[in-house]
Amino acid sequence: MGALYDQINEDFRLEESLNACMNCGVCTAICPAAEFYKYDPRVICNIVQSQDDAEIEKLLKSDTIWYCGQCMSCKTRCPRGNAAGVVISVLRTWSQKLGYFVESEKGRQQLALKRAIGHNILERGYCVHPDIVSVEKHPEQGPVWEWYMEHIAEVSPRFGAKYHQRGAGAIREIAPENLKELHDIFEVTGGLEMYRTIEEKSEEYAKEHNLPFDDSYVEKIFTEDSGNHGL
Amino acid sequence: MQKRFWNEYQKEIADDHYFYGRSCIRQSFTPGAEAAFLNILRQDLGKDVTDDANQHTCTGIGYHSDIVPFYTTATVMARLFSLMTAAGYKNYIPSCVTSFGLFAEVLETWKHQPETLEKTREYLYKATKREFEVPENIAHSSDVLYKFRNELKPKMKYQLVNRHTGEPLRVVEHVGCHYAKVFPSYGVGGAEFPYVLAGLIEAWGGEVVDYPERRHCCGFGFRNYLVQANRGYSVSNTHKKLESMAPYRPDFILTNCPGCNMFLDRWQYTISEMEHKTYDTEGKGIPVLSHEELAALLMGYDPWEIGLQIHQVQCETLLDKIGVEYDPQGKYKDAKGNSLPAPEKPSCLLV
Ligand code: SF4
Ligand code: SF4
Repeated sequence: MGALYDQINEDFRLEESLNACMNCGVCTAICPAAEFYKYDPRVICNIVQSQDDAEIEKLLKSDTIWYCGQCMSCKTRCPRGNAAGVVISVLRTWSQKLGYFVESEKGRQQLALKRAIGHNILERGYCVHPDIVSVEKHPEQGPVWEWYMEHIAEVSPRFGAKYHQRGAGAIREIAPENLKELHDIFEVTGGLEMYRTIEEKSEEYAKEHNLPFDDSYVEKIFTEDSGNHGL
Repeated sequence: MQKRFWNEYQKEIADDHYFYGRSCIRQSFTPGAEAAFLNILRQDLGKDVTDDANQHTCTGIGYHSDIVPFYTTATVMARLFSLMTAAGYKNYIPSCVTSFGLFAEVLETWKHQPETLEKTREYLYKATKREFEVPENIAHSSDVLYKFRNELKPKMKYQLVNRHTGEPLRVVEHVGCHYAKVFPSYGVGGAEFPYVLAGLIEAWGGEVVDYPERRHCCGFGFRNYLVQANRGYSVSNTHKKLESMAPYRPDFILTNCPGCNMFLDRWQYTISEMEHKTYDTEGKGIPVLSHEELAALLMGYDPWEIGLQIHQVQCETLLDKIGVEYDPQGKYKDAKGNSLPAPEKPSCLLV
């Protein structure tokens, strides 16, 4: 048993999601990520179960662990009740804590997620909010979304919404005292520490590679696709 | 055979006094569905349900994007439970399937490892001085409509019957992955044969149409949609589902997850722009309704007041099949009744 394995095993979710894997591959057979990416949850479970630190470290630095879509279809069918998707969550957590996520193209994207969803949670109290689904960045949303966003203040009250207003209702503005409590929960439970780690390790990476650590870096990781990920 | 499996998973669903947990995605993309759900519960079923202005995200999308740690999510959820406790409620109804699945994960963790519950209580108290009770019952909003499906039926103005042919409408359902794939006992019918949406379709006169990729993920995939470079994954998943269901010529798709609802709708537009392909026979796409939208429509709610016009795939073909009366002029009005210019037309998908 290696030191790195011991470390990731501190996360109680690992023991709950990986027991006596028999390498049958049922998880891979049902996995949507395995249909579209060079991705095989069976192999990942096997590496983690082997407790081979060198191989686990390689995983934590690879694109592989970032392909999973977290659908949890694997959990449904595993004859041993394992959940490869949860094993992946544990690996991703440690890849970030140890700063290994910046070693892969897909891992580096975590900064973009932190800046979008992470900030939105603390600043607005929502994971997703219409104001961050911009028409420019989301052409796939189509012309009806464009229309809705243009007229949201006048149209959404029809649907019981309270856009940028206080009081109960959809997409209401969340009061500062509630946001403060969310912030304090993030501080006390290690949520802010995770945010800081993602920022610091990303900045170190950018410096090492002579990249400006500004919006252009976030744009780069948000859009960059080497094309090496598909089958 | 299937019915027997369903019987094994008849979960308990509370019958009144609910604390409603709103969904970030549903509020953003189909807010009318949440309003319709509350109206059906309060006005049509006479139930007591509270919609607390102090609620917020459960952080689920952040958790499954791996930027939010487990205890942060568990403690944010505990704050939501503290609001429920303070308001005097014991039954929690999340609108979101991601939330519902994550509530199940957190509750199961607390149950099997009581020290994690204690730790969460300590964190919440330290951060906010709040305390909370664990909910006695947790049911997704689709579970609640499922529970009252037969009570609602005689109140309904319409049925899922094609008024031109007299035949039941053909409906494909898509149950969100996190509804029961992780914790089958939390879902009506479990993970393999979830009956929550099929039960609504059957009770309200329609025919459930099976198709090979029925249980396939819609492809949201969290980071796989949220980061632009990964979106090919998301659209590929929906593409696979649409290709699989199209030969069965469904009249519409029924969903219970707000994310799936949006993706199955929007990706039809994207695919039509990319490949000039639509999945119905008229070039208009397959309409996608949520459980709340379907119930409201059959109850006789005005389709434009529940927000069906802000789906990209338009619903008039379906309304005409059901025989829903609607005012075509009312579609693009604002809340004060002023007419607005219509959205631009897509280049391929007919509206
Ligand atoms: S399905 Fe379960 S037992 Fe089989 S390879 Fe996957 S994790 Fe291991
Ligand atoms: S959770 Fe991840 S590993 Fe499991 S089936 Fe879904 S995409 Fe595959």
